[in-house]
Amino acid sequence: MTEPFAIRKPKSDDPQSSSGNEKVIEFIHVRKSFGNKQVLTDINFELHKQQNAVVLGKSGTGKSVFIQCIVGLAYPDAGVLKVFGTDILDGVEDEEDLIKIRRKVGFLFQGGALYDSMTVKENLEFPLKRQLKVPSRGEIKDLVLEALESVGLVEARNKMPAELSGGMKKRIALARTLILKPEIMLYDEPTTGLDPVTSREISELILEMQEKYHISSIIITHDISCAKITANRIYLLKDGVFYAEGAFDELEHSDDPWIRAFFE
Amino acid sequence: MKHKTPTKRKIHKTLSHREESEVIDERYKNMPILLQDFFIELAQLSRFTVKFFLEIFKPPFEFREILNQAYKLGYQSLFLVGLSGFIIGLVMTLQVRPTMVDFGAESLIPSMISISLIREIGPVLTALICAGKVGSSIGAELGSMKVTEQIDAMAVSGANPYNYIVVTRVISTTLMVPILVFYADAIGLFGSYVALNINSNINIELYFYQALGALQFSDVFPATIKTFFFGFAIGVIGCFKGYNASQGTVGVGTAANSAVVLSSLTVFIIDMIAVQLTQIFVYN
Repeated sequence: MTEPFAIRKPKSDDPQSSSGNEKVIEFIHVRKSFGNKQVLTDINFELHKQQNAVVLGKSGTGKSVFIQCIVGLAYPDAGVLKVFGTDILDGVEDEEDLIKIRRKVGFLFQGGALYDSMTVKENLEFPLKRQLKVPSRGEIKDLVLEALESVGLVEARNKMPAELSGGMKKRIALARTLILKPEIMLYDEPTTGLDPVTSREISELILEMQEKYHISSIIITHDISCAKITANRIYLLKDGVFYAEGAFDELEHSDDPWIRAFFE
Repeated sequence: MKHKTPTKRKIHKTLSHREESEVIDERYKNMPILLQDFFIELAQLSRFTVKFFLEIFKPPFEFREILNQAYKLGYQSLFLVGLSGFIIGLVMTLQVRPTMVDFGAESLIPSMISISLIREIGPVLTALICAGKVGSSIGAELGSMKVTEQIDAMAVSGANPYNYIVVTRVISTTLMVPILVFYADAIGLFGSYVALNINSNINIELYFYQALGALQFSDVFPATIKTFFFGFAIGVIGCFKGYNASQGTVGVGTAANSAVVLSSLTVFIIDMIAVQLTQIFVYN
């Protein structure tokens, strides 16, 4: 159990923290607009293996759109977007190959997005039963139990999502995403709406999962505490481009007042 | 690094429903906005319907979910449909009886009621009840799933949300509405029998003998076929409205409401077409 006010840091404080420099996600001059509103102007970004990248920015600057492009919930207007070296916008002929790439990427939605007509157990079983190679009943049971143990909510397996607190929903949603053993995790404001204690617990859990499963992550957040706990590298999004990037300490003591404003 | 505009090839189809950029051809830009919106919605609904026929044969086949939906949409509508059917039969008979008695044709009431009920009133009224109960339920449920990102969560996990959510519900409504119509017709005939016995005295065996004896293949078959189309329309429209609900609780309410309105209107249109086709191919 960690001390109450001690901040756990990612295993490596190297800003490019990775085992090797293998790039898992690459954005090259990506643009995205909705009607007349240009949301992403010129995004250039790299995520390396086992790196935790945190994206900060004001509300409405396109942070969520940025990660939605990776999983196909938004479609860029221009640019190159590579996941595991494959250009997913223009380099994939077969729909099945695209689905295989996307299955390696997990996405934690802001509200959790638990299926409210199913119990917690059924929520976790749902993605497993729809894999290309469906595990046996026994394997599914073991995987579900393992996932619930990793988030400390075994006792909640027969509950409906409506019976869960906000923090519990986030944990179960995280378990549901991790059950597929993704290699990349995308977190859309994982601590929004939670109290400071639960926010810290979720941040610690994100770090724990990254260390346990060797996952590369992109975390969209307004929560500076979460950024401090989870980030190897922080990117600041402004006017559709990454205005600044660096380690938490570097940016906290930046000379730029706009950057410092985030950390005050 | 050169800027590369991605070509929207097969990949475009794998993206979730979020991206629906409708490009209006320059020739139609002067069309009134309402008309533009109508045609855009019609195009989207048509694409949504065609997708059903493409997805229905793709695995995985969600049999359990189909049964689950059949229970929710069909079995749980039995009381409402049965009660409505009983009241329809009762009221029709009570309304018609005085005139038939004046003409000395009281004995024709069972056959008259059964032909009206089986051909038209039973199917249409039951479909309208289902459009209200089932259509709104599907629209609201899917709209709620949409605004809480549950559909997106299914898509990004590699599951096929359209297959799991839409195909199962449309198959359920297509199969359950005809069963509900049959059930409503039977209860309606019983209601008619009860109404007749308020003022007269007719044996139930005689009543049903007269009622069912008046029916011909040309009464039953077209009426049964059109109920499948009713069920299909209610399912597709409810799913379409919910699947494309805009964000927020207002969007969910709008989806539910517009699912009912559009399903009801479509039931009338299908009925009109069915009657015309029956006139052409069956009675002529």
